[in-house]
Amino acid sequence: MDFKLKSQIMDAAGIKRALSRLASQIVENNVGTADLLLLGVRRRGVPLAERIADRIAELEGHRPPTGQLDITLYRDDLSTVGPSPVVNRTDIPVDVTDCIIVLVDDVLYTGRTVRAALDELIDFGRPRRVELAVLIDRGHRELPIQADYVGKVLQTTDDEIVKVMLEDYDEEEKVVVVERE
Amino acid sequence: MAFNRKDLLGTRELTVEEIKTILDTAESFKEVSTRSIKKVPTLRGKTIINFFFEPSTRTRTSFEIAAKRLSADAVNISASGSSVTKGESLIDTARNLQAMAPDAIVIRHRSPGVPHQLAKMVEASIINGGDGAHEHPTQALLDAFTIRERKGELAGLQVAIIGDIMHSRVARSNAHLLTKLGAHVRVAGPRTLVPPQFDKIVGESEGSITVCNRIEEALEGSDVVMMLRIQRERMSDAFFPSLKEYSIHYGLTLERLALASPECIVMHPGPVNRGVEISSEVVDSARSLVLDQVTNGVAVRMAILFLLAGREID
Amino acid sequence: MKLLIKGGRVIDPSRGVDEIADLFVEDGRISALESESPDEGIDIFDASGFVVAPGFIDMHVHLREPGEEYKETIASGAAAAVAGGFTAVCSMPNTSPVNDNASVTRYIIEKARAAGLARVYPVGAITRGSEGKELAEMGEMKEAGAVAVSDDGRPVMDSQVMRHAMEYACDHNLVVVDHCQDLHLSAGGVMNEGRCSTELGLKGIVSAAEENHVARDILLAELTGARVHIAHISTAGSVEMVRAAKRRGLPVTCEVTPHHLALTDEAVISFDTNTKMNPPLRSEADRKALIEAARDGTIDAIATDHAPHHFDEKMNEYDCAPFGVIGLETALGIALKVLYHEAGIELSRIIEMLTCGPARAFSLPGGSLEIGAAADVTVFDAAREWTVEPERFKSRSRNTPFAGWLVRGAVVTTFVDGRQVFRAG
Ligand SMILES: [Zn+2]
Ligand SMILES: [Zn+2]
Repeated sequence: MDFKLKSQIMDAAGIKRALSRLASQIVENNVGTADLLLLGVRRRGVPLAERIADRIAELEGHRPPTGQLDITLYRDDLSTVGPSPVVNRTDIPVDVTDCIIVLVDDVLYTGRTVRAALDELIDFGRPRRVELAVLIDRGHRELPIQADYVGKVLQTTDDEIVKVMLEDYDEEEKVVVVERE
Repeated sequence: MAFNRKDLLGTRELTVEEIKTILDTAESFKEVSTRSIKKVPTLRGKTIINFFFEPSTRTRTSFEIAAKRLSADAVNISASGSSVTKGESLIDTARNLQAMAPDAIVIRHRSPGVPHQLAKMVEASIINGGDGAHEHPTQALLDAFTIRERKGELAGLQVAIIGDIMHSRVARSNAHLLTKLGAHVRVAGPRTLVPPQFDKIVGESEGSITVCNRIEEALEGSDVVMMLRIQRERMSDAFFPSLKEYSIHYGLTLERLALASPECIVMHPGPVNRGVEISSEVVDSARSLVLDQVTNGVAVRMAILFLLAGREID
Repeated sequence: MKLLIKGGRVIDPSRGVDEIADLFVEDGRISALESESPDEGIDIFDASGFVVAPGFIDMHVHLREPGEEYKETIASGAAAAVAGGFTAVCSMPNTSPVNDNASVTRYIIEKARAAGLARVYPVGAITRGSEGKELAEMGEMKEAGAVAVSDDGRPVMDSQVMRHAMEYACDHNLVVVDHCQDLHLSAGGVMNEGRCSTELGLKGIVSAAEENHVARDILLAELTGARVHIAHISTAGSVEMVRAAKRRGLPVTCEVTPHHLALTDEAVISFDTNTKMNPPLRSEADRKALIEAARDGTIDAIATDHAPHHFDEKMNEYDCAPFGVIGLETALGIALKVLYHEAGIELSRIIEMLTCGPARAFSLPGGSLEIGAAADVTVFDAAREWTVEPERFKSRSRNTPFAGWLVRGAVVTTFVDGRQVFRAG
C-alpha cells in the first residue's frame, strides 16, 4: 500500500516535549508516584510508556513500574482482520490490584483498542483507578472513551491515517498524517 | 507470519514458516494459562466440536480446555467404530456435522485419512486429533514446542523415537515436523514394528531420518528421547512375544539412557506404561518432560484454534 | 444387409494385418477386406483417419448381476462395454448367488442376450460358493457356456484344493484364472506395502502376497498340465515369474489392468477411495515392469477388472471402503495414453492385448477380422484427446480413479455381428 504524505505534526523534539508534559501531568494529578503502574499498549504504546516512566523518574526520583498489554486476544474484529494476527505476550510485572494504572497508547481513534485493553486489565485484578494517556487524539470515537492526558489533539478525516514513528520500530522519530494513494 | 489454512490435517504439509508461527503463538498462549483468570474472550461465540471416534481422555480434555480458555463453546461427541459398524456413511456424518454449523471440528478416528476426507466435505476447520497410524499434528507441535523451550533451537538436534513406530501417528507427525525444523530423527524398536521405508516418508528437508537396527544405536548421543506407548494387542498379532521381553530389550532404563547426551531430555506422548517401555526411575527423573508436554499441549492447541479461527473468511 | 467400413487403417494382429483398407460385412460376418472397392447399394461407414480393429475382448469384469443390481446390471455393464469398444466381456462369478452352477451361468447368458449389446462370457467359480473347499460343477457350467473358472476376489488358499481344481479343469478344457493373493500375508492390507503405506499409516499388502501364489500356481500348472491364467498381474516379481514360465513352455498366461499401467501407490496419498483396488496400485518400479512386459509379450491381455461400487459405499473411510474401480469406458484412452503415446509401444501390439491375446488365452471366438468371422469390429481414433467425465458413463457406477484425466484414444463406433451397438455422440 502506498501512502501520500499530507503533513507533519511533530518532529523528534516535539514528541519529547509532549511526553515530558504528559509525565508531569500524571504525577501532578496523582500527587506523586505511589501505586502508579504504566502499561503500554502494544506496539507503540510500549516504548512511550517507558519514556514517560523515565521522565517521571527524572522529576520525582522514583521510576514507576512499567508493563505491556497485548490486546489481540480481546479484539472484537478478529474474524475480519485475518490472516491471523500475531499474538504477543502480555507482561504485567506487579499485581494490579489497588494500583493506579495509566494505559499508554500512541493514537486514540475509535476507542476500541482501549476497550479491549480495559477488558484485559480487569482479568488481571481490580485496580484502584485506570487512566489513559495518548500522544495523539484524532477524534472519531465509536465508544464513550476519553483520554486523561493528551499530547496533541488533531482534526482528521476518516481517510487519513496518523502515523506515529518511533526509533524503536521505525527509522525516524516523527508524527505524520498520510492518506492512502 | 503467514497462517491462512482452513484445516490442520498433518505436519506433512506445513511449511517451516507456518510451524514457527504456531510455536510462537503458543508461547503467548502459555502466558494466558499462568494468569489467575485463565480465560480470554478471543473465540467468544465460536463453536468447536470435539468428535472422537476413539476413546482418548487426554487429547480430548486438552482440546476442551484450550477451547474454553479462548471462550469458545466446546461440545464433545463420542462415537465408536467405523461408518460400517455405525451404519452411517462418512458423507452423512459430514452432512450432520455441517448442519450444526461449527467453526472447527477436532476429529480423532481410527482410520487414516478421515480428517482429510471430511475437510473436503465441510466448511468448518478440521483439526486432526489423530487419524489411525497416520498423523497427530498437535502432539508433534507440542513436542516441538517442549523441545524448543528446553533446547532453544531444534536444528541439529539428534532425536531418538523408540518403540512401535509402525502403528504410531506420533512418530509420523514428529518425523515430518522435526526434520522440517532441522533436527535429525532416529527411529528404533523391534524389527516387526519398524517399517524399513520409514526413512523415506519425508520430502526434502533440513533434517534427516535414520532407521536404526538397535535401540542403543538410536540412543547414542541423543539430545532428545521420545518413547512410544506399546499396545498389548500387538502381542496377539505376533509382533513381539511378551511385555516382559519387550521391557528387557526395548525399554528405556537409566542404564540405557546413559548412552544419550548428558543433557538429554525424555518425552512420552502418554499414557505411560511404567516398567514396560520406560522405567519408573526415568519417568520420575528430572530429565522427563512428560508433564511439561501436557501443559504445553493446552497452549499449542489454543494457538491452533486461534490461528484457524482467525483465518480470512471469503 | 451389407456394410462397408471404408478407408480405415485396419489392424488385425491375429493375421498380421496393418493397412489402409475397406472392410466388408455381410449378414453379420466379415466378407471381404480389400484396398479398393465399389461402394454402390450398401451402408457405408467412413473410417478414414481411424483405426479399424477386431472387437475388443475384456476377459475380466464384474457385472454384479445377479444380486447387486444397484451397482451394475448385465445390461448397463454391456452398454459400458460397447461404449469402451469391447464387443465381448468375461464376467466374474462373485455375484450373489455365486456363479458356481449351470443355472446361474444360464441366467447370465440369457440376460446378456436380452441386452443385445456386448457378448458376455460367464466365468464359473472354482469352488462351491467360492469358499475354497469343494469343487464347483465345472463340467455343467462349461456346457452351459462358462469359458473359464475363477474364485476371483476370494482366492483359493488351500494348495491341495487348487491342485485338484487344476486337474479337474483339465478334463473339461477350462482355464483356471487365479486372483493371486496369500490372504494371510495380506491380512488387513488396503494398499501396496511400501513407502506410501508407511507414510500414510495404512496397512500394506506386500508384493510377496501376490508373488507367493503366482509361484504356487506356476508350479501347480507344471504339475497338473492345466492352463493357468494370472489375473490382474501387478508386481515386477510376478511378471518375472510368468516370463520365466513362458520361456519354459508352460501354459501360463496373464492380464494387466489399465489402472496398474497408469497409476502407482502415490495416488493413494489423496485418500481418494477410488484408488483402492485389489491388487493395489504398486510402486513406479512395478508399473515400469508391467509396461515392459506389455511390450515384450509377457502379458497376454489388457483386462479392466471393471468393479462397480455405489457412491455411498466408496464414500467411506479408506480402510473400510470396498476394493475396486470401474474401467470399461476408460480402458482404451488409458491404454493408448500410457502404452502408445507415452511408452511408444506399437499399436498392433496393444490391439493384440485387447483382441486375439485374450481370445487365445481363454479359447474364445472373435479377436480376429478373418473372412467368415462374426463381424465384431471396433473403430477408434488413436489420437483424439478427451477428458474423463464419470457422469457421462453408461455404467451405473462412477468409481473411477481417472475422473478429470485427459486421455488419448477414443472409441468412434462399435459393431457386434455387424450391428452398430455404439456410436460416439
Ligand atoms: Zn481379483
Ligand atoms: Zn476381479
